[in-house]
Amino acid sequence: MPNVSLFSALAAAPAAQVSILINDRSFSVPNYMTVAAALLSVGVTQLRETPVSNAPRAPFCMMGACFECLVEIDSVPNQQACMTLVQPGMTIRSMIGARSLK
Amino acid sequence: MSMTHVDLLIIGAGPAGMSCAIQAREAGLDVLLLDENQQPGGQIYRSVAQSPLADPDLLGKDYTAGAVLVKRFLASGATYWPGTLAWQITRDRQVSFTRNGANGSGGSGQIQARALVIANGAQERPVPFPGWTLPGVMGIGAAQTLLKSAALLPSQRVVLAGSGPLLYLFAWQLIRSGSSVAAILDTTPRANRFPALRYLFSALRAPGYLLKGMGLLKTIRGSATPHIQHVESLSAQGQGAVGSVRYTVKGRETQIDSDLLLVHQGVIPNVQLTRSLGCEHRWDEMQLCWRPELDEWGQTSLTGIYVAGDGGGIDGAKVAELSGAVAALQIGQQLGFFTESVRDTEARPLKRQLNAHRAIRPFLDTLYRPADIFRRPSDPTIVCRCEEVSAGDIRAMSRLGCSGPNQAKSFSRCGMGPCQGRMCGITVGEILAEARHAPMQKVGYYRIRPPIKPVQLIDLANAYVPDADAAPMAAFVPK
Repeated sequence: MPNVSLFSALAAAPAAQVSILINDRSFSVPNYMTVAAALLSVGVTQLRETPVSNAPRAPFCMMGACFECLVEIDSVPNQQACMTLVQPGMTIRSMIGARSLK
Repeated sequence: MSMTHVDLLIIGAGPAGMSCAIQAREAGLDVLLLDENQQPGGQIYRSVAQSPLADPDLLGKDYTAGAVLVKRFLASGATYWPGTLAWQITRDRQVSFTRNGANGSGGSGQIQARALVIANGAQERPVPFPGWTLPGVMGIGAAQTLLKSAALLPSQRVVLAGSGPLLYLFAWQLIRSGSSVAAILDTTPRANRFPALRYLFSALRAPGYLLKGMGLLKTIRGSATPHIQHVESLSAQGQGAVGSVRYTVKGRETQIDSDLLLVHQGVIPNVQLTRSLGCEHRWDEMQLCWRPELDEWGQTSLTGIYVAGDGGGIDGAKVAELSGAVAALQIGQQLGFFTESVRDTEARPLKRQLNAHRAIRPFLDTLYRPADIFRRPSDPTIVCRCEEVSAGDIRAMSRLGCSGPNQAKSFSRCGMGPCQGRMCGITVGEILAEARHAPMQKVGYYRIRPPIKPVQLIDLANAYVPDADAAPMAAFVPK
């Protein structure tokens, strides 16, 4: 879970902040971020484990091609974090293994 | 515009799609442009209209110049639907899409287009090497996306590795942003230099490229960044995430501490849609990628279906912009909006510029041709990241008689995970082609089937009602 981020914020234009929940912890991030950018910026370096071998994975391409950044967003599993903008109150969970069938 | 029929439907709001829309609107066509992203610009001009950066000029003037094109596109009168995934196209140009899927309030619909332009661009070439699935390994393009769209800079212990213009451009952007780079590991093979020289003279015809490249290299050499040349192999180590990077030069291995390894080996066309349509594709031995067969206007082997920009072969942003306009001229003529002679008069200067810009490619493609070790990695290296199939597994399949990627898929599930082969298709083909001494054209590629990305049943069940969509175009207008 969150530790030191691999990325640091550069001088940015003023932007509204939104509050999101990542694995039950609350974070405030700028509203222009995708979920993947938000996760990386707060230091979540690993956001899922593979269904095949439970290997740790994190965003790789940031443009919707690699599907490595799949997370659960507002209870919907397997969402591409890099293609989804953060929204106020969004609830994000990392996915460990395959999604469960409800 | 009727919401179920349109003259021209364009997929992708990068330079090719935007310029195609502008040209087609000038001719009076109804244009609808669908784009998966939330803002126009594509990857190259990502977030240029609403940059989060206090100083977007840090990224260079070729980036900020994209704002002009975005502005013209938004003023063109084309209907623009961001956040829209086109997940199926039929050969008679019926497009199935989902807008604001998953957690949005959107839904799905179908549109019949008289002509279709696929302008969905490129992706970074997947570069399998030991440890490339570890958290902390990302594409250089991915890190650049974070810089453009989220104002995020890599941390202190970042290593850039690979080959190609984007490696140098991103290093230059980091240096200008005040970020320190632990090392640049340049994998450009020494042996590429001599063959590339053959194309140097013709490359001089292409406006600005060589000068720009030399400027980037000058800044890198003038900085404190170690630029290590002729790197022969690369691996990432760590428990659960990258902790160090190993590389070899002249057979000697060196290890450096790093928690972020950014890699790049050029870009390849995104062929998911053209493949799913069954368009003819050919293996381009110079660019080492699949590309759809196109005529001089960008039309595929299917009537009325065009590709503009890097989705048709890697030529860069300027060519993308020009090729979008050229496709629009042919479509306008074919749909009866103007005569052949008007088309030809308008197209002539554009095609002249296209040829000039394309003159740089043989030089770049030869100089930055990826080293064999990244194309056909060692046995333990994972090739299919989704299903965790290794290069050795694929070689073992070839010994069992596996003849191509589709058979490999049924043998091992490789290419069958969520990315639908985007990250392994070319590598699997190249490994099998080598093992079987067969040409790539014969080995082939995965059969791609719609939906080209997963769509939720609830989004399929909800009809998308365009009337409810008051697209706030002003929100996208550059400052």
